[in-house]
Amino acid sequence: MMKRIMKHHLFYPLVVLGVLLLFNFIYSPDFFSLEMRNGQLYGSLIDILNFGAPLMLVSIGMTLVIATKGIDLSVGSIVAISGAMACLTISQGTDQNAFSLVITAIGTALLLSIVLGMWNGFLVTGAGIQPIIATLILMVAGRGIAQLITDGQIITVVSSNYQFLGSGSLFSLPFSIFVVLIVLLAATLLTRKTALGLFIESVGNNPEASRLSGIKSSMVIFVVYIFCGLCAGIAGLLLSSNVASADGNNAGLWYELDAILAVVIGGTSLNGGRFFLMGTIIGALIIQTLTTTIYMTGVSPEITLVVKACVVLAVCLIQSEFFRKSFVKRKKTRTSVDKEVMPYL
Amino acid sequence: MSEQQSILTMTGIYKGFPGVKALDNVSLRLFSGEIHALMGENGAGKSTLIKVMTGVYTIDEGIIELDGQPIAVQSPLESQEVGISTVYQEVNLCPNLTVAENIFIGREPRKFGRILWKEMNEKAKKLLSERLHLEIDVTLPLHDYSVAIQQLVSIARALNISAKVLILDEPTSSLDQNEVKQLFNIMMKLKEEGLAILFVTHFLDQVYEVSDRITILRNGQFVGEYMTTDLPQLELVSKMIGKTLQAFEEMPKSHKQNKQDQWFAEAKGLGRSGVIEPFNLNIGYGEVVGLAGLLGSGRTEVARLFFGADRADQGTLQFEGNKSIHSPRQALENSIAFCSENRKTEGIIEDLTIRENIILALQANRGWFRRIPRKRQNAIADEYIKILNINPPIPEQLIKNLSGGNQQKVLLGRWLLTQPKLLILDEPTRGIDIGAKAEIQKLVLSLSEEGMSVLFVSSELDEVIRVSDRIVVLRDRHIVQEMTNTEMNQQSIMKAIAGGGGK
Repeated sequence: MMKRIMKHHLFYPLVVLGVLLLFNFIYSPDFFSLEMRNGQLYGSLIDILNFGAPLMLVSIGMTLVIATKGIDLSVGSIVAISGAMACLTISQGTDQNAFSLVITAIGTALLLSIVLGMWNGFLVTGAGIQPIIATLILMVAGRGIAQLITDGQIITVVSSNYQFLGSGSLFSLPFSIFVVLIVLLAATLLTRKTALGLFIESVGNNPEASRLSGIKSSMVIFVVYIFCGLCAGIAGLLLSSNVASADGNNAGLWYELDAILAVVIGGTSLNGGRFFLMGTIIGALIIQTLTTTIYMTGVSPEITLVVKACVVLAVCLIQSEFFRKSFVKRKKTRTSVDKEVMPYL
Repeated sequence: MSEQQSILTMTGIYKGFPGVKALDNVSLRLFSGEIHALMGENGAGKSTLIKVMTGVYTIDEGIIELDGQPIAVQSPLESQEVGISTVYQEVNLCPNLTVAENIFIGREPRKFGRILWKEMNEKAKKLLSERLHLEIDVTLPLHDYSVAIQQLVSIARALNISAKVLILDEPTSSLDQNEVKQLFNIMMKLKEEGLAILFVTHFLDQVYEVSDRITILRNGQFVGEYMTTDLPQLELVSKMIGKTLQAFEEMPKSHKQNKQDQWFAEAKGLGRSGVIEPFNLNIGYGEVVGLAGLLGSGRTEVARLFFGADRADQGTLQFEGNKSIHSPRQALENSIAFCSENRKTEGIIEDLTIRENIILALQANRGWFRRIPRKRQNAIADEYIKILNINPPIPEQLIKNLSGGNQQKVLLGRWLLTQPKLLILDEPTRGIDIGAKAEIQKLVLSLSEEGMSVLFVSSELDEVIRVSDRIVVLRDRHIVQEMTNTEMNQQSIMKAIAGGGGK
């Protein structure tokens, strides 16, 4: 039974998350405390979920892209573009709080994200460019596009309807959590209740064999990049709505890397094939918890990245079956050597 | 003979995988100056035994002794260091590096850390010409040479690591007859030089041609070790499959005459420049058309055109009178199925389960949104595992853990499930054991009885003759001859393959 639990693909990600939370609990026992203020729950755990929401969204899309043996480096830029587009639309309206205006803004931003996803998908499938290069183009150019939209400024909006997305609450919980849940549910249904998941895994594992089996590989890949773009777009809305402004330069900066990390921690291989959406969510939570932990423990800013890197390294090593095995082996041989040596001592 | 000291001895080897006992008390002795054939059906444990010997897997129990000293190799590198070298079925060298680089990779002659290119090239040239009688330009990239030469280069690499034991895992499965002969000459020469050679193959004739001693495995268990001269071929086969084999003799052989003027598929002047010259070829309903010819004669290319795997750039191809296809996808929609000769790269999806691999083509045909319900998937998987006798019979087993023959059966299942009208089989029995071979041949015959058309490509002539109603022979990318009924025998086909210039 224990073995079966340990074999489960979520076992190690959950252990790591558990250890991080435990550390926080020991460091500051009120880490887990929740309090109700103005009908909304507050606490560190809620913060992690709320601030982690954009990353979780981006990572969900990234999971599917990586499962097809691809990668999408442009998600950070799409986050910025989407936020910029939404804020621009709202800032140009006469009544920034008008419901129809907010809906139009969201619609425009998401539509733009889909177009950007299509661009990536086209470069990968239509033009046959390697995913890392194809999406690098938008990663670089995207920042420029975002700044073009904001005209190099930070656009601030005053629209409580728009701000509800990123900082509003529903059933005492941040609204962003529900957005994540809906997207996660949609992704799960889309991949597991249709045959899309099977096709993604098949294409990622062996594109040629999949083609010869009659799967429209390029269509599958195309759709996956669109979905990834859409996810990044939604994340951009949450992020910009949370701070009620759009910063073409810094919004979503380095998100692609955190997302890739979350996917890998979650158990999906960069070689494509099998993918694990729940694993990715836990991976994203690990990263967010880590960030929160580092801020909370007051690690001085100049070494936060180093601390983060060390923890990430440890996480990856724990995840690596090869490392675990050789570690166990070394320990075993050492103890047996010790025993043999003992009599001579 | 028995007083002779063996160089490598394996005794009481056990190796288990989750749910499977791959090796169960297996023994093996290799002698210097002997070619030892390791025989067994697919899944008998041959590959596992080799992997254990070369340190890819570690054994659960048992002793491996080299020169009387117990050894415990933990990695392929270590096994090379102690003198056990392996040449695998699929050449695993770097095709983009030169021949010399491939031979010396990791052990380049150096001076102050600088590679002595000239010395390396000369050494490589000398090694190839002296030990393998191979005169080639060693500074060209490996992919400029044929598979046969690549195979020899990997043998040269193995020899260069001062091997005492050389393991050849199915070295002949992708060579043509002349190349096989060349390889055998070299094996004989190396044997005389005192090397112990372990030879794994599925070709019985080849075993009798070169080997001195035979070890037989069955279901992971040791059946026995025999001198080749003491073991008649029939007995070998019956020991391998554990019963006397009548499968081949029993095979019904009723060649149908295709009288209809209605063809299922009609190719007129179909061709693809640089790959296959324009040809005409019709396939009737329920007819088995065999394609014979040497490797590279255009057999596979013809098969691929019929499936739309490659695009024809001239001529027309029509199915059932008027339908044409341009992609595998369309082929599938028109009930055409294609089992590629490259099981690994063009067939199986490694990380998926048996169940998923079986339903893949049917699901692809149904599209995304009409997912086959899980219950039905399970039923399908169970059904095909039973019909095709797939082992292990566990639908959720990953296909990469299956032996070659069982993977092939899963792929057959994938295509049979789509209920094709035309089934294209490219080397469906390559690298699989004699029992599975007979099963597949029987299946082809019974399918054609039921009205399925089959395009059957194989390099084994007796097999082509056995299953085909009509045989088309290819040479140098041309269709050179079509033969039916009485003309179909080994001699006439060989003659057609060899052509006018042949002796």
